[in-house]
Amino acid sequence: MSSQSSPLSDRKPPLPPRPVFLDLWRIRLPLPGVVSILHRISGVLMVLAIPISAWLFGMAVTSETGFQRATGWLNSPLIKLLLLVLMWSFLHHLFAGIRYLLMDLGYAVDLAAARRTAALAAGIALVATLILGGGLL
Amino acid sequence: MSRQAAGLKAWIIQRLSAVYIVLFGSYLAIQLVFAPPASQAEFVAWVAAPLVALGLLLYIPLLLLHAWVGIRDVLIDYIKPYELRVGVLSFFALLLLGSGVWAIQAVLVARAMLSGPGITG
Repeated sequence: MSSQSSPLSDRKPPLPPRPVFLDLWRIRLPLPGVVSILHRISGVLMVLAIPISAWLFGMAVTSETGFQRATGWLNSPLIKLLLLVLMWSFLHHLFAGIRYLLMDLGYAVDLAAARRTAALAAGIALVATLILGGGLL
Repeated sequence: MSRQAAGLKAWIIQRLSAVYIVLFGSYLAIQLVFAPPASQAEFVAWVAAPLVALGLLLYIPLLLLHAWVGIRDVLIDYIKPYELRVGVLSFFALLLLGSGVWAIQAVLVARAMLSGPGITG
């Protein structure tokens, strides 16, 4: 630490503007970036499922016919596929979210560790989807 | 939400609600996937059980708050025209609020059914 250094005088000359490159099909996101965008996509999918879930919940509670209608609908093959997607959304959001909470607390913030935990979170979510999905289907 | 604290407050809300959602959401998912109720009576009995009902009544507003902060961030990132942004944000706000009221109402209906006369398992 030199006593002479002042933050202003040490400043390097301004950099030329950085290229803006937003061609989504050609950007190669690193793994933590993939986990991040999937965290977002899974969140949006679950938000869209909220009103349908609330409606089905109300229907299933209110009467036996309502319950049969709700469960009958949930058991149709196409809906089961959607439920599997939601199951993955929940699990990916869960494990990626736990990873973010740990990073907020200061764990696994450096690049190598961040890459490892990104792979770990996405991997556990996929494996758990297969296991829980087995119970679902 | 005051303008100055909006960012930090939302950040804290998102993390605190996440902790509860992880715990109770996992319980709900495991319960419904591995031991789904076979009839309405069974379902109502489960929903109306004191700890489940209390858990749900906490879960619903916290989940909706979490969903709102999340979808708000996404919409603000991707929708730039002001009128459209306000319109879509309002739409989701109403959708989530309506869902929440509907779900809370269902929990209370289940409670009333279980304690009311004439309903036996």
